[in-house]
Amino acid sequence: MTLDPHIGIVGRAAPRVDALAQATGNLRYVDDLSFPGMLHGKILRSTQAHARIATIDVSAAEALPGVHAVLTGRDLPVAFGLLPVSQDEHALALGKVRHVGDPVAAVAGSDPDIAQRAIELIEVEYEPLPIITTIAEAIEVVDEPLHGEGPANNRHREVSLDFGDVDAGFAVADHIREDVFFYEGSNHAALEAHGAVALVEEDGRLHLFSATQVPHYLHRIAAEVLDVPAARIRVTATPTGGGFGGKTDVFSHELVAAHLARVTGHPVKLVLTREEVFYAHRGRHPVLMWVKTGFSDDGRITAMWFKTFVDGGAYGSYGAASLLYTGQLQTATYRIPAYRFQGVRVFTNKPACGPKRGHGTPQPRFGLEVHLDKAAEDLGLDPVAIRERNLVEPFTTTVNHLRITSCGLAECIERVVESSRFRHKHRNLPAGQGVGFAVGAYMSGAAVPIYFNDMPQSEVVLKADRGGGVTVYSMAADCGQGSTTMLATVVGEVLGLEPSELALVTADTDLTPIDLGSYSSRVTFMAGNAALEASRKLADLVVTAVADQLEVDPDTVSLGKGAVRAGDREIPWPEAVRIAEAKWGPLVTTGTFRPAKGIVGDYKGAGVGPSPAYSYSACVAAVDCDPETGFVTVDHVWLAHDVGRSINPLLVQGQIEGSVHMALGEVLMEEQAFRGGLHNGPSLLDYKIPTVLEMPQVESILVESIDPEGPFGAKEVGQGPLLPVIPAVVNALHDALGIRVDEVPLRPDKVLAALQGLARNGTARYGPATIPGYPFRSPLPVEPPPNGTRA
Amino acid sequence: MEPVALAVNGTTRHLFVAPHRSLLETLREDLGLTGTKHGCELGECGACTVLLDDTPILSCLTLTLDAAEAEIVTIEGIGSITEPHPLQRAFSTHGAAQCGYCTPAMILTAKALLDRNPEPSQQDIADAIAGNMCRCTGYLPILRAIAAAAEAAR
Repeated sequence: MTLDPHIGIVGRAAPRVDALAQATGNLRYVDDLSFPGMLHGKILRSTQAHARIATIDVSAAEALPGVHAVLTGRDLPVAFGLLPVSQDEHALALGKVRHVGDPVAAVAGSDPDIAQRAIELIEVEYEPLPIITTIAEAIEVVDEPLHGEGPANNRHREVSLDFGDVDAGFAVADHIREDVFFYEGSNHAALEAHGAVALVEEDGRLHLFSATQVPHYLHRIAAEVLDVPAARIRVTATPTGGGFGGKTDVFSHELVAAHLARVTGHPVKLVLTREEVFYAHRGRHPVLMWVKTGFSDDGRITAMWFKTFVDGGAYGSYGAASLLYTGQLQTATYRIPAYRFQGVRVFTNKPACGPKRGHGTPQPRFGLEVHLDKAAEDLGLDPVAIRERNLVEPFTTTVNHLRITSCGLAECIERVVESSRFRHKHRNLPAGQGVGFAVGAYMSGAAVPIYFNDMPQSEVVLKADRGGGVTVYSMAADCGQGSTTMLATVVGEVLGLEPSELALVTADTDLTPIDLGSYSSRVTFMAGNAALEASRKLADLVVTAVADQLEVDPDTVSLGKGAVRAGDREIPWPEAVRIAEAKWGPLVTTGTFRPAKGIVGDYKGAGVGPSPAYSYSACVAAVDCDPETGFVTVDHVWLAHDVGRSINPLLVQGQIEGSVHMALGEVLMEEQAFRGGLHNGPSLLDYKIPTVLEMPQVESILVESIDPEGPFGAKEVGQGPLLPVIPAVVNALHDALGIRVDEVPLRPDKVLAALQGLARNGTARYGPATIPGYPFRSPLPVEPPPNGTRA
Repeated sequence: MEPVALAVNGTTRHLFVAPHRSLLETLREDLGLTGTKHGCELGECGACTVLLDDTPILSCLTLTLDAAEAEIVTIEGIGSITEPHPLQRAFSTHGAAQCGYCTPAMILTAKALLDRNPEPSQQDIADAIAGNMCRCTGYLPILRAIAAAAEAAR
């Protein structure tokens, strides 16, 4: 895994391979595609939060000139869901709607105006049902649950696990602290709305273009729902105008566009409006949580008990995994000798939640890091010391069976504390100003795929042609994170070619070998490793052929920049390729990635959390809060991130800065919140995201722990840096004004309520008082790993 | 349908458009200039920004008929992959685009700024792009790219 310093492509800050296409408006997103005879699709969405559909009359819509087809639920009756355990959705509602915005019917019209008029002509008679919009309501037994028959509660999934002897851990604690927190939901708000274009190709096969992060999962589910063999469907993921997890599910509009193309024989485009994006959602779950931790006098954790109540919205989506994520990664940063995790995900009559950057972990990370800040105060420790006392160590196994490999957390903490001068500033700034600290960890790809299989999780094919060109084939979908550039950098490093010299064919189920998709921060680690293996094989073929030709020992032949070197001779790469093709025939190599064996525990729920490697981050945030208005301003963020190795520092820094931006939106202003079943503000006018004027200075610090299994030592960066920012800001508010707002976003009204409480009766807190008395199953005992928590 | 003559990127185009057709729809769907993006249909995200007589405007809130007689410039009018505008090159070099969806509008807004104020302060740059949302970059590399392009032009 050594880097040839002559090549130096890995580690160099370089532009994306498609940067100029983006900057000149030439990158083609899904809405930029059009085909002769193309129709426009439109979806009629429910106006009711919970209702039975008594009748649907589509006759007037069908009679409108220019309308080519009208679909209802019966046209696509196969239930689907991204996870095999949650097959609870239909492309169009069958019998019942479960949230405002639930897809009910669809049309294809010759232009968008006709399609719009046609859906307005569809008459739906609803029989309204009582609606459930809160966690407290959802855990009660009702006559009409969202799914299945009543009377029943609206529980979707439940988890209750005990790792180690939790009661004994609390029994030996010198200090025990409990806290309750709430984290509001939020939307990805990618600038590009979701969209799909479908057509039937000359060979009769269906071709579905979609702004998706998961072409393979879309391919699988489209085959099931459309009842067409997968081999008769081609999915092309177009470059997405932002993903953040929002394009990781399979959506109604994709299946509807595909079916409309089949029934009309025309290409069909279906692009959502911004309002529809907020109702299609699949964003951050609102989570109510409770945490209780036992500490020794010197701040060591003796036991932890975490409960989460996860508001899932109307469908399962990724929720079974999201629920587990609210409990599984607490142990990735801290040595917790005994740990109990109980959680429940409920259905409510709101758009379904799903994965958003950090998937299920920003909420508990916020709770945990604020909880530790409070515990430090209880124990008279500084906030950094209490973390340092409990840090997970490299190459250990956690109590819930996560295998930790490289871990640069200690260095992240040291560097961020030093460059921010945290110790100097904390508790020493004027009233209204404060600094806060927090850490986080995230996976470099989920070790377990969405559906059980023994196949590789990522495959790359390389083909060299006799002109010297090399084409890289991978299904990795670039959602803006730069996965295509990463592939080009890895291949270029091994072969001694500039990324711009490579051809890249990505994210197309007809043309490329598998990659499971751009989620769980898996692409650099998994597709990167597959690309590395394929590149080394190609390098081997070329080197051995050249050695053969020159009649020298292959060990004396190496790849340099654009040439093969043997002693003092240099053979230009194209010539070397021709020598190799003469010897071997077609120069095609493959690489695969599978996570190492044995890194997944064997308890129920163990599949969520394990990763081949974890990234680590530490953050200090400096805030300013005006006690008159309650308005919080973030002035400066210091963020250190252990990325393993920075394959392209320009893109790594971009992910850090972008994560900080998204985190600040969540902690300061963003709310996917509802009145009854109606979204508070389903537009970018009402749903506030930070503009450039709200963006603080960000100091990004890259820590390179060189992971033994990562490609060139690399780990993830796309999601992890978001995690510590949110609690760091909340902790900084406490430092600024002495108040605790145990709920995000930190809206001014909450800050003012806490300040008023402080003035009135000394209660300097705003946040949820209690959690519901939900009867969790008694925890399933899980034996700690045989080598204990200190491998 | 109404007849209209639009001066787009230096060429006059004669079209018939519905009175309610937005400039965004005309540019993208009638003229094939898909570099201008549709983000929110409410004039809030700024992704549809084009220049009208050198001033950034929201093409989703502008009726095509109201853009007659003006000089319209879209991202396609200022440079190409082989001959990029200095701002396009600076955005590339500085990693100012991740998903790239806000990028054309951001570059046009920056161009209007630099054309009227060749030596902008950091605050001038931030004020200029405050109406353009970016969800990927946190804006910081965009600020760097615009400052670098201004610097290079001096």
